Amino acid sequence: MNKCIKFVLCLCLGVVTALGHASQFEETVFSLSEGSYSQKAKVIEALADIQDERVLPVLKALIEPGFGVFLDETTSQLLIVEKKNDALIASNVISGGDVVVTEETPLKKVKVNNRLRRLARAKIAVIQLQSPDSSVRYESAKNLSKKPDKNLRDVIAEAHIAEKTSKVKRTLALALAFIDIHSSDQTLRFNAVEVLGTSVEPKAVGVLTRLAEKNDQGEYLDDDPIVAELAEKKLKSVQSKVSFFKFSENALYGISLGSILLLAAIGLAITFGVMGVINMAHGEMIMLGAYTTFFIQLLFPSLVDWSLLIAIPTAFLVSGCAGVLIERLVIRHLYGRPLDTLLATFGISLILQQAVRTYRSNNVPVVTPDWLSGFWSANGAMSITYNRIYILIFSLIVLAMLALILKKTMMGLQMRAVTQNRPMANSMGIRSGWVDALTFGLGSGIAGIAGVALSQITNVGPNMGQAYIIDSFMVVVFGGVGNLLGTFFGAMSLGLANKFLEPYSGAVVGKIIVLVFIILFIQWRPRGLFALKGRFVDD
Amino acid sequence: MWQRSLLFRLIESDKTGRWVLAVIAVFAVLIPFLNLVVPQGSFFHVPTYVVTLLGKYLCYALLALALDLVWGYCGILSLGHGAFFALGGYAMGMYLMRQIGDRGVYGNPELPDFMVFLNWDALPWYWLGFDHFSWTLLMIVLVPGLLAFVFGWLAFRSRVTGVYLSIITQALTYALMQAFFLNDFGFGGNNGLTDFKDILGFDIQADTTRAALFFISAMVLLFTYLLCRFITLSKFGRVLVAIRDSESRARFLGYRVEHYKLLVFVGSAVIAGIAGALFVPQVGIINPGEFNPVNSIEIVIWVALGGRGTLYGAIVGALIVNYSKTFFTGIIPEMWLFALGGIFVVSTIYANRGVIIGLVLGVFVLNFSAPLLIGTLLGQFLLLAKFFTIVFISAVYFEKLFIKFKHVVLPLLSSLRHKKPEADAAS
Amino acid sequence: MKKLIRKTGLILGAAALTLGAYTAQAADTIKVGVLHSLSGTMAISETTLKDTVLMMVDEQNKKGGLLGKKLEAVVVDPASNWPLFAEKTKELIEQKDVDVIFGCWTSVSRKSVLPVIEELNGLLFYPVQYEGEESSKNVFYTGAAPNQQAIPAVDYLMEEEGVERWVLEGTDYVYPQTTNKILKSYLLSKGVKEKDISINYTPFGHADWSTRVSEIKAFGSAGKKTAVVSTVNGDANVPFYKELGNQGVTAEDIPVVAFSVGEEELSGFDTAPLVGHLAAWNYFQSAESEANDEFIAKWKKFIGDDKRVTNDPMEATYIGFTAWTKAVEKAGTTDVDKVRSAMYGIKVPNLTGGIAEVLPNHHFTKPVLIGEIQEDGQFDIVSQTKEVPGDAWTDFLPESAKLVSDWQNPKIACGNYNTATKTCGGETEEAE
Repeated sequence: MNKCIKFVLCLCLGVVTALGHASQFEETVFSLSEGSYSQKAKVIEALADIQDERVLPVLKALIEPGFGVFLDETTSQLLIVEKKNDALIASNVISGGDVVVTEETPLKKVKVNNRLRRLARAKIAVIQLQSPDSSVRYESAKNLSKKPDKNLRDVIAEAHIAEKTSKVKRTLALALAFIDIHSSDQTLRFNAVEVLGTSVEPKAVGVLTRLAEKNDQGEYLDDDPIVAELAEKKLKSVQSKVSFFKFSENALYGISLGSILLLAAIGLAITFGVMGVINMAHGEMIMLGAYTTFFIQLLFPSLVDWSLLIAIPTAFLVSGCAGVLIERLVIRHLYGRPLDTLLATFGISLILQQAVRTYRSNNVPVVTPDWLSGFWSANGAMSITYNRIYILIFSLIVLAMLALILKKTMMGLQMRAVTQNRPMANSMGIRSGWVDALTFGLGSGIAGIAGVALSQITNVGPNMGQAYIIDSFMVVVFGGVGNLLGTFFGAMSLGLANKFLEPYSGAVVGKIIVLVFIILFIQWRPRGLFALKGRFVDD
Repeated sequence: MWQRSLLFRLIESDKTGRWVLAVIAVFAVLIPFLNLVVPQGSFFHVPTYVVTLLGKYLCYALLALALDLVWGYCGILSLGHGAFFALGGYAMGMYLMRQIGDRGVYGNPELPDFMVFLNWDALPWYWLGFDHFSWTLLMIVLVPGLLAFVFGWLAFRSRVTGVYLSIITQALTYALMQAFFLNDFGFGGNNGLTDFKDILGFDIQADTTRAALFFISAMVLLFTYLLCRFITLSKFGRVLVAIRDSESRARFLGYRVEHYKLLVFVGSAVIAGIAGALFVPQVGIINPGEFNPVNSIEIVIWVALGGRGTLYGAIVGALIVNYSKTFFTGIIPEMWLFALGGIFVVSTIYANRGVIIGLVLGVFVLNFSAPLLIGTLLGQFLLLAKFFTIVFISAVYFEKLFIKFKHVVLPLLSSLRHKKPEADAAS
Repeated sequence: MKKLIRKTGLILGAAALTLGAYTAQAADTIKVGVLHSLSGTMAISETTLKDTVLMMVDEQNKKGGLLGKKLEAVVVDPASNWPLFAEKTKELIEQKDVDVIFGCWTSVSRKSVLPVIEELNGLLFYPVQYEGEESSKNVFYTGAAPNQQAIPAVDYLMEEEGVERWVLEGTDYVYPQTTNKILKSYLLSKGVKEKDISINYTPFGHADWSTRVSEIKAFGSAGKKTAVVSTVNGDANVPFYKELGNQGVTAEDIPVVAFSVGEEELSGFDTAPLVGHLAAWNYFQSAESEANDEFIAKWKKFIGDDKRVTNDPMEATYIGFTAWTKAVEKAGTTDVDKVRSAMYGIKVPNLTGGIAEVLPNHHFTKPVLIGEIQEDGQFDIVSQTKEVPGDAWTDFLPESAKLVSDWQNPKIACGNYNTATKTCGGETEEAE
């Protein structure tokens, strides 16, 4: 009986507190829609303290891209609205039920600034530290270590003890160390230095550096010389690690730049390298490919994630067809006059540029799909963005495919035959006219593919072709005209050289040094890195 | 004796060249005259705007001539001639900057404005000497020449040819562009050198200075043309053509190919430098944009359009392309690149260039036949007509004069000369 | 010979005819020159301004023109080629007889035009924020001077975001160099330590930012709140922000405040990763005022595209154009000297609900707005100052601090009056 009463009482109490929380949530959440940023900050603080599962979605909607918290001004409902592929999906903050909204619904967005975003993110991190999903916990742990908050020490310590996944545990330990290093307890600080000494995170290194700072008399600035001494010792071992990772990172960047150069140049390696056409319109073929990506995203907004995959063959076709057209209409008349091809293709390049400009003079936005954004990080000292990794892989695939086509297919055989000895190829029954058209189309098509990839890292606009044409020519010539392997090594060495020079000399001087290097290199090997051997080169 | 005279030999077998020369010579005298003497408002008055514009074209023509010498006659396709042009221009620009003295915006007598602004406390060493015109003249010749010498010596000695050479010349101008963009390089960075006041004590904006600069440009162009003719007609020129047509054969015949190439390359660079030096006071600015590889490609296009290996073709090509640029950018500002691009494409496919240019112009007039366009076109036509009437008449007379000279005066002269010994012999 | 004379006669006849047609064509209008690049690298930014001027001309004609005459826009294309800017200016003034020119974007184009416009006594309205250090009799600078953009932005970051460590990232040309120089001395005066400021320059069109962003990340992890002040120009911005976004540098960690990224530039971006980064301008499309709503509606209608945005240089063009029409009405003529003296003190409403006043140093009073980038490519205005008078000569460079510009005061009447020596620089002595 007693138990029974107790149980009912508890139940009642529970309901009451739940109700209390619930109404508290409803009251608090509405004040989000008005007031200044500092008032909103208080609201967010208050919301985070309420135990209610509806808090998390609201906070997330405030900061996550594609989401927003809106006030419907006619019904005064507070809504979470997700914008997905131009459609609006809304749900009521209070009831959680779906609401139908259109573009016409008078919605007023709850605006947030960086301070509020930071706050909300920290609060979310605390809430999600209990999440069953380890990747969510990892995200939270990372966010918590960004701006260590003394008041959260207990929460973090608790989570650190309970944590099973080592990655998350490490991050939490680091977050704890960031807090403990400022404490007055020597053992805590000692432990913190030990923890920090195992990490190459720039922030940890920064903390250690500050601890180990000395004044002019060689005394530690820190109050506790023992901790400082330990920090200095740790710092030394960390620094050699960091410099190793920085070096590797730089090499990665160099290879990444090389792969971009390779992609840009590889089409030119065909049209210029194999066919001997000084193709000034190469850059514009890249541009066509990039614009194709833009148009595909424009036409199929719901397929943004797949747009690049669709764009690759489409861009190949678009640029390839443009290439075939140019070859048939103009370049066909100019074989044997390579310099006239320079003139004609320069004219074409001007026309194409201006045509695009007439469509839209400004750059166009190309969306980066989710799977391409973000970065891969080996540890705090070494990371590279996903789009660069994908471009690297992609450029290698393109290179391999091209080599296959040239070396292993009938078409490739005919191409090589025509470029090496046209009359002989003709007399063997090869229709050299069509082979020319297809070769030029292939080169242009590959430039188009390069455009798809480049749209992910740089501007898509009327000038984009100009930005790559000179570099592409340098790569092809440096590697040795008419040699795919040469183009590959040319691109990679230029990329690496650029990136290793940049930290020492700055980007501009680095670039000048590389150019001078190319000039001098050509003196040494007048036909590039990989010169074609044989008689026909010395005409 | 007249038949053997240098000038005569240079222009005798060069009918079109003679025309071009005549036109330039007439322009050189007439334009300054029409600008300075003929009162404003008169039908025949030429505004200063046109004088500087034409002066600019002449500098471009000189540059094209320089390129034609190496490309048309020696087969060296330089995609970096803009670099020599710009270097000459910078040398002149530095002199003009020094001439400003303390009339800059900060009134600093020692330093140019941009250095004051970047907190430099002393003039860098490479600016020394540019107070003197003679030093400047030396540098205009020396800097492009020296660069061409070092570059050419390296490149030709290692037998870098064809596209490889073209691309490294491009790399050269590209590297220089990047360097001159640097503010710490001491040449005014992106803004370059500008706001000039005087040249040799003359106000750079005065009509007379402008007319004089124009006249000098025309004279330099004339002289250079004749010089180039001389070079190409000489034995040296023959070897150059041999190198162009087959380098290995020329080498096997015992000619030191690289020496010939080096010499003509340096000479061409010097001409380009002079063109740049004449260009700067007329347009009033020099900046790293002139190093842009695209500009260098454009020079190639002028030469190709006018006809490579003819010398006069380079001049005509430069004049036509630049005139159409001026014309189209004013009349069809949004479409002019289509017109220019179209000209490049069509004129390479079909050899008969004049017809095509006319055709393209015609199509554009038809396509955009707004009344305004016709009005402006007619205005342009009027301007052209004005010039061409004068030019046409004078050129025809010049030609007639030449033929008369060749067929009447020369035989007369020679008969006079020859009669004497004959008479002696008879007696 | 006969043939020749006949030909000549024909040509002359035709010429006479066309002359008649040509002069008849040139009706009595007020001509407005538009000198913006429509091709080449700068066309990206400048084409919009050409359209803006055309719209303003159209608008004015609908109101009945100016002084009873219609306005006529004369558009030319200087093709992003700096010497061509000078040539086209001459063409506009000498050949086309324009009464005023709206044009230029880059500093170097303005520098190229400057000698010409001063020689021919023309009138140029320059609509873009720039490095200052100039005040020409013949140019009105309707964009921001450095004191109207940079310093308030830095103040905001210090106060609102608590920034203590600064990366000054710029493209290597005059505007970033000046701005950074000014900012550096300002920051030092605010007690920021030398080692907490990092200045770096990259070339035009710099496309590979991986190393730089990684360095910024490292610089930003020294335990102090860090911000980037970006004067990165034009085409280099997209790869810069893409790299920032991809390397996970969010506005919450290291905010970037940019001085040359506006709505028009953002329309070429994928804005999702940029949310929260900042920009400082004198105008944002999101500014709430009636004049602005009207302007945006007109613009969208004129350009026939509902998605087109407005930006700060457009507002500057708007202010410049309105001020010019007012001055012409006040002077009763389009004569340059009279319009110029009528300009001083003219007040025109700007699009952010305030007033822009024409100062005797040919600059304008402008409010400074700080905006955070939103997902839709617009800015959320987080701070707005009162109108700040534009200062031609910055006080943060020793040589320039001595100079003032006042074209109205007859005792000074020059653009670079040295307060120490009480004289004007050489420029005006010659002009007298």
